[in-house]
Amino acid sequence: MEVVTMRAKYKTSVKEPGIPGVLNMTEDKFSFSPNDPRVSVKLDVGFRSIKGHKFSKEGSKQALLNLTQESGGYIFEFDKFSDRDVCRDFVGKVLGKLQAVTSSRQDAHGESERAAIPVNDEQLSTAEMERRMKLLREDSELQKLHKQFVISGVLSEAEFWAARKNLLDADAHTTLKQRVGFKSAMLADVRPLTDGRTNKVTFSLTPEIIHQIFAEKPAVHQAFLNFVPSKMTEKDFWTKYCRAEYLHRTKNSVAAEAEAAEDEDLAVFLRHDDILANEARRKIRRVDPTLDMEADEGDDYLHLPDHGILRDGIKERNTDVENELTKRTLLQDINRHAAVVLEGRTLDVELGDTRTVAEALARSKQAELATGSSDENQNQERLERVSRMTEIEDLQAPRSLPLAPLCIKDPREYFDSQQANALKALGDSGAGARPVSCNLRTEEAYNSLSEHISEIKAAGFSDPVVNPDVAVKVINVLTHHLSSTCIRLGKNPQESVLDRLPNRTKEELLHHWTSIQELLRHFWSSYPVTTSYLYTKVGRLKDALTQIYPKLQEIKESMQSDSRHQVSLLVQPMLQALDAAFAHYDAEMQKISTKSRERPNGFA
Amino acid sequence: MQLLCNSCRVFLLMASTASKLYSDDVSLVVVLLDTNPFFWAIAKNSNNSNPNLSFSKFLNHVLPFLNSILLLNQINQVVVIATGVNSCGYIYDSSSSPPASAAKSENGNMPGIFSRVIQKLEEFVIKDQQLSKDESVVGNPSSLLSGSLSLALCYIQRVFRSGPLHPHPRVPIDSCVVGAQHSAFLQQASYITGGVYIKPQHLDGLFQYLTMVFATDLQSRSFLQLPRPVGVDFRASYVPHS
Repeated sequence: MEVVTMRAKYKTSVKEPGIPGVLNMTEDKFSFSPNDPRVSVKLDVGFRSIKGHKFSKEGSKQALLNLTQESGGYIFEFDKFSDRDVCRDFVGKVLGKLQAVTSSRQDAHGESERAAIPVNDEQLSTAEMERRMKLLREDSELQKLHKQFVISGVLSEAEFWAARKNLLDADAHTTLKQRVGFKSAMLADVRPLTDGRTNKVTFSLTPEIIHQIFAEKPAVHQAFLNFVPSKMTEKDFWTKYCRAEYLHRTKNSVAAEAEAAEDEDLAVFLRHDDILANEARRKIRRVDPTLDMEADEGDDYLHLPDHGILRDGIKERNTDVENELTKRTLLQDINRHAAVVLEGRTLDVELGDTRTVAEALARSKQAELATGSSDENQNQERLERVSRMTEIEDLQAPRSLPLAPLCIKDPREYFDSQQANALKALGDSGAGARPVSCNLRTEEAYNSLSEHISEIKAAGFSDPVVNPDVAVKVINVLTHHLSSTCIRLGKNPQESVLDRLPNRTKEELLHHWTSIQELLRHFWSSYPVTTSYLYTKVGRLKDALTQIYPKLQEIKESMQSDSRHQVSLLVQPMLQALDAAFAHYDAEMQKISTKSRERPNGFA
Repeated sequence: MQLLCNSCRVFLLMASTASKLYSDDVSLVVVLLDTNPFFWAIAKNSNNSNPNLSFSKFLNHVLPFLNSILLLNQINQVVVIATGVNSCGYIYDSSSSPPASAAKSENGNMPGIFSRVIQKLEEFVIKDQQLSKDESVVGNPSSLLSGSLSLALCYIQRVFRSGPLHPHPRVPIDSCVVGAQHSAFLQQASYITGGVYIKPQHLDGLFQYLTMVFATDLQSRSFLQLPRPVGVDFRASYVPHS
């Protein structure tokens, strides 16, 4: 049995300081014993009496956990939020389990026959339980339904969730932990600090930055593996690197060259990065050969006015040709950075020791190369792709694909079958509801249509198109209609009838809708009734539905006369849905009873 | 109980083509005309709720309405799609037709563009008839509304994609039902897309309804009071809204 023991302060209200002690929790109860034996407060409470739990947000002043009862509750304050979270999670689990047990026990009481069906006896893993709890916590509407039907025994826990498998599944996918990638800030943003008095320049490198340097500048990475610690210490290495960077940045090319001549190690950093160039070449080989690279040539905006590189608040306009190289390297840097950021962090090594990071990175690079297909294979692939893309028209299959016209099998069912009901609901005069029989032959019908077309072709439009008297009549009807709906429905076109009802009524109506939908979903999915389990379930659901019926009437009658019509329009479809279910239930019962008369054994 | 489908609709899809052109009161109106011959045959013969709306009278109202949309703004665009029983197809596109000249039709009783529309409509009906397979039809065949609706939405998408920006067009579906019964599908379609659904009572004043309600552009709709449904039949039916 799982047990949680945690140091905590017990208090009866949030404000008071509380009594320090130890909180002990098992799966069915929790107890609290104060540190000071003289204090008489001692708790030993079963979880069965606990209705729920609340907790303070992480980052608030106190790490609180409140176990609520019917009236009042037990408040515990913890030293740390992490301690509190352990207890909170435990309580959540325990309460969830208890709730499931109670509801299933209630169900079991309700029907003795049920035992034969193993649906309810599912063993829930704690993860599953937590997921359900979480869903209930996040969705108050769901919680309401759960409380209304599961706790009251209309539906069992398993039945309730069986209809919501998708929610549970979708939730499972989001639990994957997200991995943190590189920052998108460029390394150029790591700028040297000068103190202004001396000539000293300070660079600060963090493990994070070093990792990024390794990833973006393979030459530095290679040099580090070669030199450290055999040739120089790590500190010397980075000093040299920073020096090279500094020279590079200040564009002191003469000084840079001079230094490079003197110090061949430093030269490594200043020379062109061969590894990068190789990699770039390899990547270009991999580019789709049919890609039109020339199309991108106009993308270099640097020579245009108002374009340039913004650095340290000053725009560097690269006007001289000599800077062509700088421009290129800058663009390459940006692209390289973007590539590294997109590739993401592939290492799982703790960023502490530089040497390990460097080695791990080298290993992952090698693995990458190994998995990449050899050059030969790639060439083959390239050729295949080219031949795929180059189209030889003579050899192509004919373009016209076989097609079937989009057609709904019986559109009447889809569009119009509910019209009779719709008419009634809308309070329309039923003049058109009478089906008009039409036994025309196709040819006749088409001929008559063509006749009409030629008729208007011959006769032209009537002049005027609309008789002025009729036009006035239409205008009056429309304006009357508009002004009356304005009064009835409010000025705002977005506002619906529902928004104009009092808040309580609105919520009640919406809640009844969701309840009815939930119950009906279970109701209809139980047909055809094949087992005694379904038989009792349908009965249970029908009873629950019957209870809603008078409530709807009540709402309707409680309304003021002016909005009663609106509400009855809203309630109408609900009542219709209920009536349909009742009618079906009665018809089925009838069938069963006649059958059972034939077979004296009764319902199988 | 079998219900017969005998409602005919003029379907209007409007899209504000603001991005493509310059101002926001420009409309692209796609009109779906129901040319179900069975419906129109009944409409002519029956003497219940819609006494005298024959197809020729219907065209008498609809075609001038199309013209009035084109008159409202010279860069407005009108596309007409006919919805038959066996096929549907474009019968008019104001952007691709040659500019409406002052030339009248052969017998000189209507402007050139209308005689073109009517001619195309005739061709369409003949083609639609040729596609019908069996001679004796049980009950009333329905129009291919879903097909023409897809055509219309595709057309609107294409127009918007060809512009420099690719905004997501707001396409309200307006429905004007001239049959005897309400259409749950069109009610929902209009409601979801923020369009207008009406079922005119005085069919001899159809033109007046059309121009008063459906000729309004999207910009004006933000401050105009248009007819709103008192109730919408929300029972299951699927409307492809984008």
